[in-house]
Amino acid sequence: MAEAGAPIIEAIGLTKTFKVAQKPPGFAASVRHFFKRTYKEIPAVTDVSFTIRPGEMVGFLGANGAGKTTTLKMLTGLLHPTAGRCVVDGREPFARTRDFLSAITLVMGNKQQLLWDLPARDTLRLNAAIYGISDADYKSRVDELSGMLELTDKLDQPVRKLSLGERMKAELLASLLHGPKVLFLDEPTLGLDVNAQVAVRAFLRRYNERTGATILMTSHYMADITALCSRVLVIHEGKLVHDGELAALLRRFGTRRELRVELSHAVDDAKLRTLGEVLSHEGNVARLAVEPAALVAVVGRALAELPVVDLTVHDPPIEEVVGRVIGKSQRALPNVVGAEQGA
Amino acid sequence: MRRLGVILWRYWSTSLQAELEYRSNFLVQAFGSSLALAGSIFALTLFYRGGGFPGWTFEEGLVVQGLYSAFSGAIACVLSPNLSRIVQHVEAGTLDFVLLKPVDAQVTLSLRVISPWGLPDLVFGLAVIAWGAARAPARDGSVSLALLAVLFGALIIYGLWFVVATTSVWFTKIYNATEVLRGLLDAGRFPMAAYPAAYRFAFTFVMPVAFMTTVPAELLLGRGQPTMLLGSALIALVLLVASRAFWRFALKSYTGASG
Repeated sequence: MAEAGAPIIEAIGLTKTFKVAQKPPGFAASVRHFFKRTYKEIPAVTDVSFTIRPGEMVGFLGANGAGKTTTLKMLTGLLHPTAGRCVVDGREPFARTRDFLSAITLVMGNKQQLLWDLPARDTLRLNAAIYGISDADYKSRVDELSGMLELTDKLDQPVRKLSLGERMKAELLASLLHGPKVLFLDEPTLGLDVNAQVAVRAFLRRYNERTGATILMTSHYMADITALCSRVLVIHEGKLVHDGELAALLRRFGTRRELRVELSHAVDDAKLRTLGEVLSHEGNVARLAVEPAALVAVVGRALAELPVVDLTVHDPPIEEVVGRVIGKSQRALPNVVGAEQGA
Repeated sequence: MRRLGVILWRYWSTSLQAELEYRSNFLVQAFGSSLALAGSIFALTLFYRGGGFPGWTFEEGLVVQGLYSAFSGAIACVLSPNLSRIVQHVEAGTLDFVLLKPVDAQVTLSLRVISPWGLPDLVFGLAVIAWGAARAPARDGSVSLALLAVLFGALIIYGLWFVVATTSVWFTKIYNATEVLRGLLDAGRFPMAAYPAAYRFAFTFVMPVAFMTTVPAELLLGRGQPTMLLGSALIALVLLVASRAFWRFALKSYTGASG
C-alpha cells in the first residue's frame, strides 16, 4: 500500500530494449536469414524516470513508436524491464501478484476483452468471478458505472451489435468493475466519433473526481489531454523530454498564435508569407503562425491588404507544440525534465 | 478453491453460450463430430479383421482402442481448443488481458474454453472400454490403479502440449507443431506390442504415448505391474513442473503484439 502523499507510480531509470531480427530485402537474403539470423538491439525506452501522486491525471504524449505503450506495459507488469525498475501502488509490477492486479487496470483502445458474441453482462459476470466481487457489490457497481456511462439498456445486447462508442464504454465498465486505484489508458478514444470522445472524457473526469483514482493516459487526440490532464509527460525516441504542467509546456513551446483567415478570393502564397509562416493554404482558407508581439500589427495588415471575409485567432494545436518539443529535443534539448517538474 | 470453481463455471458456460450463438456452425460441427465417430467405429472393424497383436486378445486390444478414443475426445473437448488459442492470443496481443487478470495465467490458458465436440468420441471410448474389459480374460485388474494411470497419462499429454504451445511466444506460427503432436499421439491407438522395439522405446521415453493408453489398459486388465504407475507418475510430475518453468521463462521474453 502506498502511504498518503507518497507517489503511487514511480519509474526509476526504466529501460526496455528489444532484440529485433534484421533481414535485408530479396530472396537470397531471405535464405541467409533462414539459416543465420542477425539481431539488432532496438532501445524502445531509455532511462525514463518520473513519479505520479495518488489522484493525478497525467497525459502521456509522443509520436507512434516513441515508447508510450512499452512504458505502460512495464508499469502494468506485462513486460519485464531490461534495466531500471518501477513501483506501482507499493509493488513491483512484473511479479503480477493478485493484490497488484486487483489495484490496477489497463484499457487498450485497439484491443478488447469483451466476449464478442455475448452480451457485455456475461463479461461483467465473468470479471466479477475473477476479481472475487460479491453479488451485492457487483450489482451496485454495475448500476453506478452503467449509469455514469449511460449504458444501462445496452448491457444485454451481444457486443458485436454495439456501436464502436458503446463498445468502448462497455470495455471501460468491464475494466473498472473491480474498482482499481490506478488506471492505465492506452488510446481510450481511438476511432471514436466526437460525441463518443466527449462522453468518454466526461466519464473519466467524473470517475477521477468520485473515486480519487490515478490516471495515466496516452492519446492521439490532443483534446483528450487538454480536457483531462493538467500534467503531461512527453516521450520521444524512448527518452522522456518533458515532464511538467501542460500550461508550462504550452508557454514554453507554444508561444506563437494561430491566425486563420477566410478570403473572398484566392491570393498568392507569397503574399501570405509576408505576414507569417503559412501553416496551410487551401482554396480561400489559410492558417498562419504569428509571434504574439507582432499579432496586432499582422491582423491590421491582413485586414488592410487581404480580401478578408472572416478572421480568427487561436492557440496553436497541441500537436504542433509537441512537434516543437520533439524537434528541439532532436537538436540536443537542454534537460527539460526537472526544469518543469513541480511547476 | 471455491473461487476457482466459480471462475471455471463462468469460463465454460460463456464458451458454450458463444458456441450456441451460431446455429449453422453448430449443425456443421455436430455433423463433423458424428462423422468422426463413424470413422472410429470403422477403424475398429479393420482392427478386428487383423486378428489382434502378439500377447493381446481382441478384447484386450479393444480396451486400448477405447482409451485412445476417450483420450481423443477429452483432447478435443479441453486441450486442443485451449492450447491452439494461445497462438491466437500471442498474434492478436490479447494475451495481455489474460496476464492482467488475478487468475493464474496457465490455468486460464489451459481451461478457458470447453468444446462439446469431443463428447461423442469420449462417450464412445468409455463404452468400448467397458465392453472390452468385461469380455477380456479374467485377471485381477484394478480400476482405481487404471484411473490413476489415466490421470497421469492425461497430465503427460497436457505437459507436452503446453510446452509446445508456449513456444508460440517466440514463434507465432507454431500451429503446425501441435498438429504433429496430434499425429504422434495416434500411435496410442494400438498396444505398444504392435510396434517394433525401437519405436516402443521412442513411444515410451521420447514421446510417452505408451503411458496414455497401453499402461492404463494393462493395469485395468491385470496384465501390468503397479511399478509402471510409478514411472507414469514421475514423468507426469517432471512434465508439469517443466511446463510451468518453461511458461515463466517464456513470459520474460514476451514482447506483445504491438511492442
